[in-house]
Amino acid sequence: MAPSFIAFQLLNGIQYGVMLSLLAAGLTLIFGIMNFMNLSHGAYYMLGAFVGATVYNKTGVFLLAIVGAVLATMIVGAVAERLVLRRLYRSDHLHQVLATFGFILVFDELAKTVWGPAPYYMSVPPMLSGSFDLAGVPFPTYRLMIVAVGISFAACLYVVIHRSRLGMLIRASSHDPEIVAAMGVNVKVLNALVFTIGCGLAGLAGILAAPIVSIEPGMGSGVLILTLVVIVVGGVGSIKGAFLGAILIGCIDTCGRVFIGPSLANVATKQISGAAGPALASIIVYVVMAVVLAWRPQGLFSVR
Amino acid sequence: MAVSELAQILNDDRSASAIKLVLCVIAAVSASAFPIVAHAMDASYYVVFVTRILIYALAAVSLNLVLGFGGLASFGHAMFLSLGAYCAAVPTVYGVNGAWLHVLLALTLGCSLALLTGLVVLRTRETAFIMTTLAFAQMLYFLLVSLKQFGGDEGLNMQSGSEIAGVQLSDNNVLYFVSLAVLAAVVLFQRRLLHSPFGTIFRGVAANEQRMKALGYPTLLYRLTAYVISGGLCTVCGVLLANLTLFASPSYGSWKASGELMLMVVLGGAGTIGGPIVGAAAFLMIEEVTKGVSPHWPAYLGILIIAISVFSRNGIWTFVRRNRS
Repeated sequence: MAPSFIAFQLLNGIQYGVMLSLLAAGLTLIFGIMNFMNLSHGAYYMLGAFVGATVYNKTGVFLLAIVGAVLATMIVGAVAERLVLRRLYRSDHLHQVLATFGFILVFDELAKTVWGPAPYYMSVPPMLSGSFDLAGVPFPTYRLMIVAVGISFAACLYVVIHRSRLGMLIRASSHDPEIVAAMGVNVKVLNALVFTIGCGLAGLAGILAAPIVSIEPGMGSGVLILTLVVIVVGGVGSIKGAFLGAILIGCIDTCGRVFIGPSLANVATKQISGAAGPALASIIVYVVMAVVLAWRPQGLFSVR
Repeated sequence: MAVSELAQILNDDRSASAIKLVLCVIAAVSASAFPIVAHAMDASYYVVFVTRILIYALAAVSLNLVLGFGGLASFGHAMFLSLGAYCAAVPTVYGVNGAWLHVLLALTLGCSLALLTGLVVLRTRETAFIMTTLAFAQMLYFLLVSLKQFGGDEGLNMQSGSEIAGVQLSDNNVLYFVSLAVLAAVVLFQRRLLHSPFGTIFRGVAANEQRMKALGYPTLLYRLTAYVISGGLCTVCGVLLANLTLFASPSYGSWKASGELMLMVVLGGAGTIGGPIVGAAAFLMIEEVTKGVSPHWPAYLGILIIAISVFSRNGIWTFVRRNRS
């Protein structure tokens, strides 16, 4: 295998990882800081993709599509939080799982009703449709843009959480919400804010991914499960863990899909490698997660 | 004997009154007479539907053993269901149709899978436990999808059902009574188990693991045993499910299926003996009714699930019992 091919796949993995990190950052905040088990996070990713793609197809302005997707998911998230999820912060994880499971059903059906069951498409904005030469490896400009946007958002989030007063309050309330409330901070507003920001990040990931995936109802489920894997591997509640875990999982998943099949073909018969290759490629991230949990149950980059 | 014990179960207290005994007899008789009445009224479809309820009730009961009584919220229990379905479907491809053989295979593989995964997942707690059980379920899901010679993601059609004593288990009436009998047996077994020294310690571990550890009990071993029992039972349930549909599919073990199982338990009442049965019946009936009302039924189902999780904390079974006393 040519080194440039390997480098190209690694870049693809990093791009996928950066996109996952946007989802993981939001979910890890909701998970780790509000101790809220949110399964509907993938649905906001789907919503972002649908709304953003629609705005882009109607107006042709990519920036407007991004703003639209993020705003729409933040509004929907804020409403869901205010009306329903807020009541569940103090109940056990089981009820949270169920309620957010219900939201997935509602959002998926909503998307199916509004946009139809068939995949919806959005083309790559012409300004970003070329490819960029990275030390001899041509890489699509659009994917490079995703990496740039994702890394800058992760950096911003890291600075906000670790260097600002708001971040300090958020971290404090993850540690002990009662004391933070007793100090006169409105924890309810803080939680609503964290949840809404998380939804906005998921929407951003959705619109960024929209031109390179097929947009369809239920697209959030697969991504959600991978995001959960990222969070558990990285360490629940850690922004750094979400980012590094996402890059790790993104690279392992992408490279697994590309390299495992051919490498197996070298050592096993065609029949075996044909059957085992795709299976191994699909399960490798879960194997990584199981190993990490057995070895370091708190995750690789845990804050605690 | 069995009836009086059933009465006690439905109360879950030791003083079973005559009224409750009569209620149980009525329930048992009507359950047995149901297929005959249904056929007489030309409504055979409902026999299949009620069998489906019985099978899912069995799966929910076995999940409840770890989720309700052990506080272990497994988000991957449908994996055992799909494994069981393949334990029935794959042998029939090779002409091996014996029901006992399918059940034996399901028990062996189901318990082994539960033992192996249990050793990893039971080391984790709370959220991490939910995630790891989900991860293993996903692994099995993708493994089954990649088995192209057994249908891959399209699933595997069964040419014939499992055979038991010369009859096809897939026959509607046979499957109805077998499922009913298995469910009754498992409910009795579960009650005995929970009141045995093992069950008492297991519930103690769920209530306060530190203390049980301090008392010298190997807590992991107790939780692992319960997890293996639960997984094995759920796998047998998969054999019944495959006979109901004459079809085995990886989707039986999808994460949505696991979520639905959890939902049935919580809907009926986690940690009660009758709860999962009521929950499974309620869930499948709600699904059936909303399906008939509107093509957008998943949305209505979703709204209902949200409402239930917000307003009813302890499930239907607990709600009914509290209001009665």
